[in-house]
Amino acid sequence: MFKRPLDLGLVVLIPVLFAVAPFVYNNQLLLFNTMLFLALAQGINIIYGFTGYLPFGYVGFFGAGVYGASLAVLFLHVPALLAVLLGGLAALVLGLVLSPLLRLSGAYFAIATLAASQAVYYVIANPSLANVTKGPYGINLSVVFNPQMSYLTMAVITGLVTAVVVYLKRSHLGLSLKAVRDDPLAAEMAGIDVERQRMLAWIWSALFAGLTGAAFAWQISVFYPDTVFDPGISIFAIVFALFGGAGTVLGPILGVVVLYGVYNLIGITEPQYFQLIYGVLIMVLVVFLPEGIVSLLKRGGVNVL
Amino acid sequence: MLEFSLLAGILFGLFFGLVGLGLNLVFGVMRIVNLAHGDFMMLGAFGAFWAFNLWGWNPLVTVPVQGLAFVLAGMALYYFLVPRLAALKDFEMISLVLFFGLSQVVEALAVMAFGNNPRSIFQPVFGKQPVHFLGQTLPVVWVVGAGVSLVFIVLVYLYLYRTRTGYATRAVMASRDEAAASGVNVDRISALAFGVGLLLASVAGMLSLFMLGSVSPDFGGGITITAFAVVVLGGLGDPVGTVLGGLVYGIALMVMESYLSSWASILPYILLLATLLVRPGGILGKEVRHV
Repeated sequence: MFKRPLDLGLVVLIPVLFAVAPFVYNNQLLLFNTMLFLALAQGINIIYGFTGYLPFGYVGFFGAGVYGASLAVLFLHVPALLAVLLGGLAALVLGLVLSPLLRLSGAYFAIATLAASQAVYYVIANPSLANVTKGPYGINLSVVFNPQMSYLTMAVITGLVTAVVVYLKRSHLGLSLKAVRDDPLAAEMAGIDVERQRMLAWIWSALFAGLTGAAFAWQISVFYPDTVFDPGISIFAIVFALFGGAGTVLGPILGVVVLYGVYNLIGITEPQYFQLIYGVLIMVLVVFLPEGIVSLLKRGGVNVL
Repeated sequence: MLEFSLLAGILFGLFFGLVGLGLNLVFGVMRIVNLAHGDFMMLGAFGAFWAFNLWGWNPLVTVPVQGLAFVLAGMALYYFLVPRLAALKDFEMISLVLFFGLSQVVEALAVMAFGNNPRSIFQPVFGKQPVHFLGQTLPVVWVVGAGVSLVFIVLVYLYLYRTRTGYATRAVMASRDEAAASGVNVDRISALAFGVGLLLASVAGMLSLFMLGSVSPDFGGGITITAFAVVVLGGLGDPVGTVLGGLVYGIALMVMESYLSSWASILPYILLLATLLVRPGGILGKEVRHV
């Protein structure tokens, strides 16, 4: 699959770059968050870029991963690395539970996932479940606190999600997914199992959000449910993917590097300014540049992965 | 307790019917889910709040004045956005993302202009005495809120079923192409429906100050989903169904507030998901699924 040296290079380069970056740049939390949004933007890319289904409630999987991992640490006392896998599993299970939503057409699906993420949030943050989920009072994972290991884990996850997107881009599966996106009826006539293909993309997308959430929980170790179910997380990931260009490998990477870079360069004092800018960006992009900035490169004759 | 929940549920049901009605009108004519609906409600609430605080206007006086502004804004929004989008291939999805962006913009601007605090109007503006009805004691603001909602629901009904424009609006809802072919000015009718949709949002927003206690700039996101749940419950594109959906939602909410209050906040999401999955056409039935 990764026969082309460029493909393999990209998949290996990203985690390696991030692994050595702390030695030259000391803001490790910023590097971690960059990886986090890289993974989430690619996760959005897997489902939106290849099927056209946009989950506004993507943060639900992130939160499921956070809580899956946290509860595994607190109640099963598993080692943190295993907990990260269990967090991914929790998101995967949530994805399976929500998979009937894929029967809906795109717009209803988008809103339904938003409702689902809110429902999960209200269950987890519910005070009457406080002895299981700690309700709104938050989680403390200081028993497994290890910023270095969690950082490296996140780097590996970022590499893996890139590998999956490269695979989709190059494989028969990715091609048939795009056929489903562009014309589900014609794809079905051509013998593609539409629902199964969408389901696969959906599960991959959920899994990576869950793993990312779990690594995030491990990294910061103290948090509240409204931090990890913040709809802003979905919005960021969607803007990054859309800005760079969904359906490509490089698009979301460019989106995160450019937009998240600018975001941090300017420095966040007033979050509403970014909400404004990102809101305007979403509107402008979707109308004038629906395939993101990579489509400008494509027009310039560059063959973008 | 049950009698009280049912009675309060009907009052809130009328209010939630109004909340959903504007969203459904916009959906009906354009197949656009206006994800900024709740943000327009928020603007309506802030309009009423400032008119009351700066000039001492009774919110019931503010309604028609700012309502006109919302009608014009809705029509402008339609002419500015929709015709350029209608030609695009993936219109439904693109318009959804577009209005999602718009809701972010409105919310951000509102935070900048008003500060991120919840606002409310001193309650006795509609009188102090609670209302006694069927042996139950109800806050006067609930009764006024339900009454205003009912008035607007009836007005929308009369508009849709008793005027020529309304007749044309329903034709556009049933089929844009066929309406255009029969000589209906589809753009004008749709723009008007957008305007009326935003007007209803502003009224519902004003009432939220009383029915829901307070309104803050980030109020839009949650109430949009609630509105969508009400609309889906009653059937997309079916204005009469929306009122029914509102009543079902209002009664369910009040019964849950009485018996399972810590779980009441999850209700709109669960109702929405359940309806979409089990009966996607709503209680009265129409299709929204595809392959």
